[in-house]
Amino acid sequence: MTALAALIRRDISIALRVGGGALIGVLFFLTVVVLMPFALGPDLPLLTRLGPAILWLGALLASLLTLDRLFTADHEDGSLDLIVMGRTPLELACAAKALAHWLAAGLPLIVATPVLGLLLNLDMAATSAVALTLLAGTPALTFTGMIGAALAVTLHRGGLLLAVLVLPLSIPVLIFGVAASEAAISGPVPFGAPFSILCALSLVSLVVGPFAAAASLRHGLD
Amino acid sequence: MRLLASGLTCVRGGREVFSALTFEAVAGELLAVTGRNGSGKTSLLRLVAGLLTPAGGSLALEGGDTELTLPEQAHYLGHRDALKPALSVLENLQFWRDFLGGKPFDPAESLATVGLAHAAHLPAAYLSAGQRRRLSLARLLAVKRPLWLLDEPTSALDTTGQDMVTGLMRNHLAGGGLIVATTHAPLGLTSKELRIGGEQ
Repeated sequence: MTALAALIRRDISIALRVGGGALIGVLFFLTVVVLMPFALGPDLPLLTRLGPAILWLGALLASLLTLDRLFTADHEDGSLDLIVMGRTPLELACAAKALAHWLAAGLPLIVATPVLGLLLNLDMAATSAVALTLLAGTPALTFTGMIGAALAVTLHRGGLLLAVLVLPLSIPVLIFGVAASEAAISGPVPFGAPFSILCALSLVSLVVGPFAAAASLRHGLD
Repeated sequence: MRLLASGLTCVRGGREVFSALTFEAVAGELLAVTGRNGSGKTSLLRLVAGLLTPAGGSLALEGGDTELTLPEQAHYLGHRDALKPALSVLENLQFWRDFLGGKPFDPAESLATVGLAHAAHLPAAYLSAGQRRRLSLARLLAVKRPLWLLDEPTSALDTTGQDMVTGLMRNHLAGGGLIVATTHAPLGLTSKELRIGGEQ
C-alpha cells in the first residue's frame, strides 16, 4: 500500500508543480468553452441546448491532451524500468498512475464546470447535472486513455497515435455522458438509464484499463 | 546464493546480439561484464533484470527468496537515472524508498554516504550528471536487494565518486551480495570477468 500511495503522491506533486500537466488541461478546457459563444453567436437558447455537449467535448479533449505523458515521461527517464521490476504488481501501479492523473487533471475539469456553465447560459441545475455526469464519466476517459498511452510509450511523438487509438474508445462515454446531461436538463428520457450506462462504462474501464495497459507495457519495453 | 545463466540468447531488432551465453556467480562475487560497444552488455543486464525477454536459455537465482522473482530481488542502475527534475533530491530518494519497499532510514545519512547531503532540498533538475549518478546510487543503499545490476556505475563520476562506488560495492559483496556490472575501466575490486562479443 505504501508503494501505491507513494506513486500517487509523487505523480500528483509532479503534475501540480511548474511544468506539470494539471493546469494545462484546465486552461485548454477553459479556452475551448470560452471560444464557443464567440463562434456560435449570442443565441442564448442555442447555447443552452449545445452547452452539455460543448462541456463534454472540452473535457474529453482536455483529458486527452495531458494523457500522452502518463507513461512516456517515466519511460524516458528510466523510472518505468524500476516500476516494472518492483514488487508491486504492474496492474496496480498502472491503476495508481491513472488515479493520480485523474485526481490531478480530471478533477479540476469538474471543479471548473460550474463556472464555465455560466458562459453557456446553463442554469444551476443543468451545470450540476453536467458536472455529475463528468464526475461519473471522466474516470472512463482516463482509464481507457491509459491503454493508448501504454501502447504509445515506446514510440517517439506518440501523442497523435494516442488520439487516434483512444478517441474511438471514448465515443460511448461521450454519447452517454451527453445523453445523461440532456436527460437531466430537458428530458424526455429518464436520467437514470444513460447515467447508469455511463457509470458502467467507468467501472468496466477501471477493471480492464490497468490490465490492458500493464500487458502492453510488459510487451513493449525494449 | 547463486546467479545461474545457461545458453542465454538475446535477439534485438531481428539481430542476434549474443547467443549461448553461460555464466554463474556466487554470493560475494563481482561479475564484470566487458566487451566492445554494441556487444550487448546492457542487453545482458536488462535480460537479467527481466526488462527484456531472452530468445533462448534460462536464468535463475538459486538460494534467494523463493516467494520473489529474480527481478524483484535485484537493483538495476541503468544509463537513465529514474529521477524526476521537479522533485527535490530528498523527495526522489524517499519516493523510491517507499515504492521499492525499503525500511525506514535516515535519508540524511544515505545522502551523506554518496556526498549529496548539502543538496538534499535542491530540485533534481539542478544536479550535474555526476550528482544524478550519486543520487541513483543512494537508492541502492536505501532499499536492500541482494543482486545489483550496474550499468557502468562509475560513468560521469569524479575520482572521489569512483572510490565511493568501489567502497559501496565492496561493502555489498562483504555482506553476501552479488553484483553484475558492465565496465570499460577496472573497478578496483577482484572480479570474475565475463567477456561477450569476442575480442576487442
